[in-house]
Amino acid sequence: MPKDTGIGASTRRREDVRFLKGKGEYTDDISTRDLAHAAFARSTVAHGLIKSIDTAAAEAMPGVLAVFTGQDFADVGGNPAGWLINSRDGTPMKEPKRPVLAHRKVRHVGDAYAAVIAETKQQAMDAVEAIEIDIEELPAIVDVKAALSGDNFVHDEIETNQCFDWGWIEDNRQATDEAIKNAHHVTTLELVNNRLVPNAMEPRSSIGAYKESGDEYTLHTTSQNPHLTRLLISAFVMGIPENKLTVIAPDVGGGFGSKIYHYGEEALVLAAAKRTGRTVKWTADRSESFLTDAHGRDHVTKIELATDADGKFLAFRTETYANVGAYLSNFATATPTFLHGTLMAGNYTVPNVYVNVKAVFTNTAPVDAYRGAGRPEATYSLERVIDKCARELGMDPIELRRKNFVKPDMYPFTSAAGLEYDSGNYDALMDKMLEVCDRDGFEARRKVSEAKGMLRGFGVNAYIEACGIAPSNLVGQLGSRVGLYDAATVRVNATGNLAVMVGAHSHGQGHETVFPQVVGEMLGIDPSTIEIVHGDTSKIPFGMGTYGSRSLAVCGSAVVRATDKIIAKAKKIAAHMLEASDSDIELKDGNFTVSGTDKSVSFGEVALKAYIPHEFPLEDIEPGLEETAFYDPANFTYPSGAYCCEVEVDPETGKVRVDRFAAVDDFGNVMNPMIVTGQVHGGLGQGIGQALLEGCRYDEDGQLLSATYMDYTMPRADDLPFFTVDHSQGTACTHNPLGVKGCGEAGAIGSPPTIVNAVIDALQSGGKNVTHIDMPLTPHVVWSAMNNA
Amino acid sequence: MYAFDIERPTTIADAVAALKSDEAQPLSGGQTLIPTLKSRLAAPSKLVSLSSISEMVGLSDEGGVLRIGGATKHDTVAKEAGGSHPGLAGLAGKIGDPAVRHRGTIGGSIANNDPAACYPAAALAHGATIVTDRREIAADDFFTGMFDTALEEGEIVTAVKFPRPEASNYQKFEQPASRFAMVGVFVAKFADGVRVAVTGASEDGVFRWTEGEEALSANFSPDALDGLSVSAEGMITDLHGSADYRAHLVKVMTKRAVAAAR
Repeated sequence: MPKDTGIGASTRRREDVRFLKGKGEYTDDISTRDLAHAAFARSTVAHGLIKSIDTAAAEAMPGVLAVFTGQDFADVGGNPAGWLINSRDGTPMKEPKRPVLAHRKVRHVGDAYAAVIAETKQQAMDAVEAIEIDIEELPAIVDVKAALSGDNFVHDEIETNQCFDWGWIEDNRQATDEAIKNAHHVTTLELVNNRLVPNAMEPRSSIGAYKESGDEYTLHTTSQNPHLTRLLISAFVMGIPENKLTVIAPDVGGGFGSKIYHYGEEALVLAAAKRTGRTVKWTADRSESFLTDAHGRDHVTKIELATDADGKFLAFRTETYANVGAYLSNFATATPTFLHGTLMAGNYTVPNVYVNVKAVFTNTAPVDAYRGAGRPEATYSLERVIDKCARELGMDPIELRRKNFVKPDMYPFTSAAGLEYDSGNYDALMDKMLEVCDRDGFEARRKVSEAKGMLRGFGVNAYIEACGIAPSNLVGQLGSRVGLYDAATVRVNATGNLAVMVGAHSHGQGHETVFPQVVGEMLGIDPSTIEIVHGDTSKIPFGMGTYGSRSLAVCGSAVVRATDKIIAKAKKIAAHMLEASDSDIELKDGNFTVSGTDKSVSFGEVALKAYIPHEFPLEDIEPGLEETAFYDPANFTYPSGAYCCEVEVDPETGKVRVDRFAAVDDFGNVMNPMIVTGQVHGGLGQGIGQALLEGCRYDEDGQLLSATYMDYTMPRADDLPFFTVDHSQGTACTHNPLGVKGCGEAGAIGSPPTIVNAVIDALQSGGKNVTHIDMPLTPHVVWSAMNNA
Repeated sequence: MYAFDIERPTTIADAVAALKSDEAQPLSGGQTLIPTLKSRLAAPSKLVSLSSISEMVGLSDEGGVLRIGGATKHDTVAKEAGGSHPGLAGLAGKIGDPAVRHRGTIGGSIANNDPAACYPAAALAHGATIVTDRREIAADDFFTGMFDTALEEGEIVTAVKFPRPEASNYQKFEQPASRFAMVGVFVAKFADGVRVAVTGASEDGVFRWTEGEEALSANFSPDALDGLSVSAEGMITDLHGSADYRAHLVKVMTKRAVAAAR
């Protein structure tokens, strides 16, 4: 029987009540009596030298309070990359400064070079148009391979467009080369992992306020990690002491990675608040979102798979050009390296893996982590080349995968890419997938499709990812400049209700519902008496925020540890109240009982005693009932899954319709199945969007061609089938207290290769010799592939 | 958006008068104009809304010819034109989304002549008559190129008159992002022949596929088009499809429209 409360219950999301009624409070909803507005002057050319900027006319415009240019920030720090990557030759990556406003040079269309603060948004926008800039346009650097030759540089001071040339694992290189050279069969695939625009429903927005009396700043902003944003602004960009800066991320309407990072607009509204003495708001319009939110993916990859005559995998070798855009965004160097290369052994026992990634600066928007972040790129490369290999060897693609799966008795398993997988059962996932997708009925469905003149294909995929980032010790060794623990404070109020302050930030994940389920279950109390507090650095402990499917695995573990401390202290108080030894106290159903007796006090009575400590053993126990825990994981978590789908391709038009999709995932233990299913649905929507619809395209001049929804195809409901989602085959994570793995990104990781594999299968069934098509598989792209085959 | 004045005349005469002032622009649903204004890509000093002019709203039968007021919304056409003009009603019911269909108007669409809009194909395939505040213009003479029509400065489309076809259908292959027509083909069969109008495909806007018309006039069947091919010359190439692809789709969509015509 499914539970109706606590861990494992499909409790409805309490936050949805305000979201669905339009009662959420987002940054742009916040107003003050002294509010002023910022608007940015943004480059219309991709690459150019700023010869002069004349702001005199703008400053004289009605309502204008201040005008800023890059010169105003020339002496403050840059927005740093959070991860130091060393190249194969041991040299550190190139880190050109990322300024608050472009200074002397603009480096992508949308690069802000000036800002106006005015009484109204309209006045600020009008004044922006009055700023005169003289730009000497330079040739745009757009293509990642071409960027590596010649002497035209995005950042002249580093005299190259290559940020780094990284090898993983460099010591495996020779063995991998040998294995490929001597292999019975080598399958080679060149592919592009298409660039995506994140498209959070809520555009970025920031409000800066400054109080002269205490020299204190407050920033309301659309962030997935307010403490990280505060740290970056304080320690790197503006030098505001952390205790003088409060960062608040209220309700946030989706992030998908794009709101992890600190952006220059946040620093600008703070500086503007101080200079003007006004509260200053900026909210991006959709065009600014397209041009300036950190984009995702954008890899050009060659992958080789070597096998023996039986289809045993001998080696994977990849060479990837990763576009990082015009500036290094905060996670931009980690995404194509340690979130990508380390996953390049997949679910397989392959003995040799070597990954080479060249990160390249271009005159395009910065590229950083986007739902999945590196792992979709790894999965796509692996699962596409495996499918191609199966066709070349004449083997069933499922059997080829099974032959190479890590088996359940091999854990902990150290992969050839260097990660230690703690648990999993990939065959069980595949078995369940074949059951729920009705694989046996496929041939009959194919005949029905063919009778309609359509081609039907079946595609399969197995994935593994690394979530719950991350063990600070490990990532520190790998170049991370931050720790990746999280934190929680559990405050039991005197009357027995709770506030739980968490470092994770909820912007669609359902933390306000799930964390109370966990705490309520542990304490044996009604989850509705537990409130989650997040998003305000003045209220919450220093946690690292939400991304990489880490909230439950890392912050949830901190919540468990803090609750453990509450229980331990509460037992001491109960023992005192019951005149027993605390080792004899049991907590069950919200009551503390002396074991073997009927002597008991309720959780509420203990809470009251903690705050009204009459007859309290003050020498042994402090008053109050509030505990904090920081949790730093011992390892990544490793969700995995088996996905399949069936597509119909219209051979006359090339249009692909996804007829059915089954996702069977191992997320470890599941706290709220309904929310997990919802997370999978969202991930599948974005993954299918990448596979079929979404293509971010720049032209050779660095102009963004897909800059509006007229040209950038977001998935709509009718682009997607009803999904079959199953998470019954979970194997518990062995190293965190809840045994959880993380579910937020899985759908976006597992679905793109599933779709492409199915389309290739459909085309081959129609006699078309098409072995690969680059995403997105739009009708024109598929039709062209068919007609060139 | 820049600041502008707005007038809401209730008669055609008042609208025409209001449009005589400098930089005034008619607003008839605004499904193209409002996004353009929001992006600060246009700066009219005055908008003259046509949506309050009751004589420009609604459908009427004029001796077997369907007259649709220029300010009639797509949703109204979708719901009310089906009895006599099923192809036209089907087209109107698939323009944009419900929000667009409850704002956008036939007059606004035809006067704008977006090369990817649906209504121009219906007007041209029906051999419709465009009625303005000052004259009547045959559809064949009205659409003069991408975003270009025979309308004079300040002239507004007050109605469109559609003769009744024996059979008709519209097939739209959507551009994936905008869901405008990448290729939309309207086929209308009349006693004196078949007309085939194509939108979305050509750099010159909506056009008639005369070769297809001849073949279908002789034999109103998808097979009649088998030997024909559409030239890619002058077709649009963009992010979503090449000229070759669009030319190919013209024939595919025409066949489907013929097969579905009733």
